[in-house]
Amino acid sequence: MPGGRELWAYRELLWVLVLRDIKVRYKQTALGVLWVLIRPLSTMVLFTLIFGRLARIPSDGYPYAVFVFAALIPWTFFAGAVGASGNSLVGSAGLINKIYFPRLIIPVAAVGSGLVDLAISATFLLAVMPLLGASWSPNLLGAPVLLVAVLLIAIGVGSLFSALTVAYRDFGSILGYVLQIWMYATPVIYPSSLIPEGWRWVLHANPMAALIEGFRSAVLGKPFDLPALGVSFAMAAVIFVVGVAYFEKIERRFADII
Amino acid sequence: MMPAIKVENLSKEYAVGGARKGSRTVREAVAEGLKSPFRRLIGEPPAGERFFALRDVSFEVAPGEAVGIIGRNGAGKSTLLKILSRITEPTAGRAELSGRISSLLEVGTGFHPELTGRENVFLNGALLGMSKAAIRRNFDDIVAFSEVEKFIDTPVKRYSSGMYVRLAFAVAANLDPEILVLDEVLAVGDAQFQKKCLGKMEEVRKKGRTILFVSHNMQSVRFTCGRVIWVDGGTVAHDGDAADTIGRYLRSGDPSAGADLGEVIRTLPPDPAFRLEGVSLTQEGRPVRQAVESAKPVEIEIRYRVLQGTTGLRVFIDLCDDQDTLLVQSFHDERSDRISTMEPGLYVSRAVIPANLLGPAFYEIRVRAGIFNLRSCLPPRAVRLPVKVENTGRASRAYFNDTFRAKLTAEIDWDTVRDTTSVVRETPCP
Repeated sequence: MPGGRELWAYRELLWVLVLRDIKVRYKQTALGVLWVLIRPLSTMVLFTLIFGRLARIPSDGYPYAVFVFAALIPWTFFAGAVGASGNSLVGSAGLINKIYFPRLIIPVAAVGSGLVDLAISATFLLAVMPLLGASWSPNLLGAPVLLVAVLLIAIGVGSLFSALTVAYRDFGSILGYVLQIWMYATPVIYPSSLIPEGWRWVLHANPMAALIEGFRSAVLGKPFDLPALGVSFAMAAVIFVVGVAYFEKIERRFADII
Repeated sequence: MMPAIKVENLSKEYAVGGARKGSRTVREAVAEGLKSPFRRLIGEPPAGERFFALRDVSFEVAPGEAVGIIGRNGAGKSTLLKILSRITEPTAGRAELSGRISSLLEVGTGFHPELTGRENVFLNGALLGMSKAAIRRNFDDIVAFSEVEKFIDTPVKRYSSGMYVRLAFAVAANLDPEILVLDEVLAVGDAQFQKKCLGKMEEVRKKGRTILFVSHNMQSVRFTCGRVIWVDGGTVAHDGDAADTIGRYLRSGDPSAGADLGEVIRTLPPDPAFRLEGVSLTQEGRPVRQAVESAKPVEIEIRYRVLQGTTGLRVFIDLCDDQDTLLVQSFHDERSDRISTMEPGLYVSRAVIPANLLGPAFYEIRVRAGIFNLRSCLPPRAVRLPVKVENTGRASRAYFNDTFRAKLTAEIDWDTVRDTTSVVRETPCP
């Protein structure tokens, strides 16, 4: 990455922008940080009722609530981070036109500000796991490693879409659809075991599939699917490099076309 | 010594938005339509008409120099600053800077309305490239300079616009760059605050920092900068001593000076009460074009129509020097003690500038009209007559030609006698 050193020099700005996003999000709200929990919790309840009880989607023998919650928390973070990141540049046109700094900071900060929410909701999950019928296992230690791959994908896709949106605003709307479809292409509400063995590779063409299953393994104490995770990490690295490279290629012209 | 700023053959080209003019076949249009979106995605400018915001600009600025950049709107000043600040890239040529640069193209960039003054100081400081430690160190100074101590923990959305600007400038004023680039940031704030800002800039300049300052306010440019670059149509029109460049720029005249005055008057926006019919400049009854003689009075004849009975209508002349300083302001019935009412009809007002008042220099006479305490009937600076005064006065006053310093050369009454009584007093006491 050519801009790596410069990015490092501006790390304080990255931190300040992350703090700004977090502060602004909960200013003048009555419930404040509680919103971090309300969103995934209400989705979990809804999904448990609809997919667990009504549609009777199998959950590998675990209680559906903890099964879906374990996947929803990383997915909510990922979708939120990519969405915020993809729209971040257009929202910062005022900065881009008036001040120089490595532009990559903007989509990266948007991803970073989601991490605080993730930490809060993950702590909550850890706390309620026993109530939902799951027990703590050493597998939980694998979750932070998985998070690295999720961050790479979020930054790669987020910076790619943020740059595309500078040229054409259409990509802002496209991203919404992409994320919606992406969730159903990822085993969030269903287990990957639902897909026939011979077709599993189609599922794993999506790097998020093995990662979300991985988070589930961490929470439920199941063995990790290491080969699938390895492929996902490789894909995550490629997505990161492609997204950032494209971003840096057209970054110089942002101020002219934004 | 290595220059602080070195600009070589800098050009910046923009694509002009909108479809290309002229006929095109449908196939061409479709092909272009398909191709051009991808151009934009790979970061190449779309095809179409081009426009040079800057063309082949070169100059150098020595360390410690304060240089002003002036020019009309759209001349390319802001584009130049954006390239120097690395916000945009030049199409051709290069700009080299040696030293830490801080550019202030706007005060309060990145200020977030929901955040408090304190939070915004840290946010804005970080955006301007200050380290957290430096902001913390200067925090008290920043707050003191901004005069908003009491509200520092209030969200800035509750600030008055004056408080907002003061806080924003206070952050910027505490930057300590080697090169400071400013764009018209002093246009905001009240007069007292502007003075404070100019003082701060003077301080920065005295510390030996390099300053590049864009402004439309000739007074502040002249106050801060020894050298001025005048940019016109994307090129350097003149680069030199501040007073000289400013004079040239102002004489070059904005739209109206070069243009036919009659045309300017015909195209004035209509006013319900007042219509300017004509303005003429004469000396001894003979019309003059620009050049006038200093030893004779200058007559300005303003013909206008009052369209409805109006109380408090005043026709003004403003006399300015070539640095945009207002020297004399006068209106047609200023000798009357009452506010009079003018009936509808055609009027002629004649103003006479006395002989030997103007020195051999360039001036501008501006004609204005307004209704007292109500509104202006002519756009500001719309009707302007350039005047070049040539010295034709007494031989003894010819020295003005070489060493002319005064803006006005009114004949002052002098009376000099020898005081013989003082001789006695100067005698030393025994």
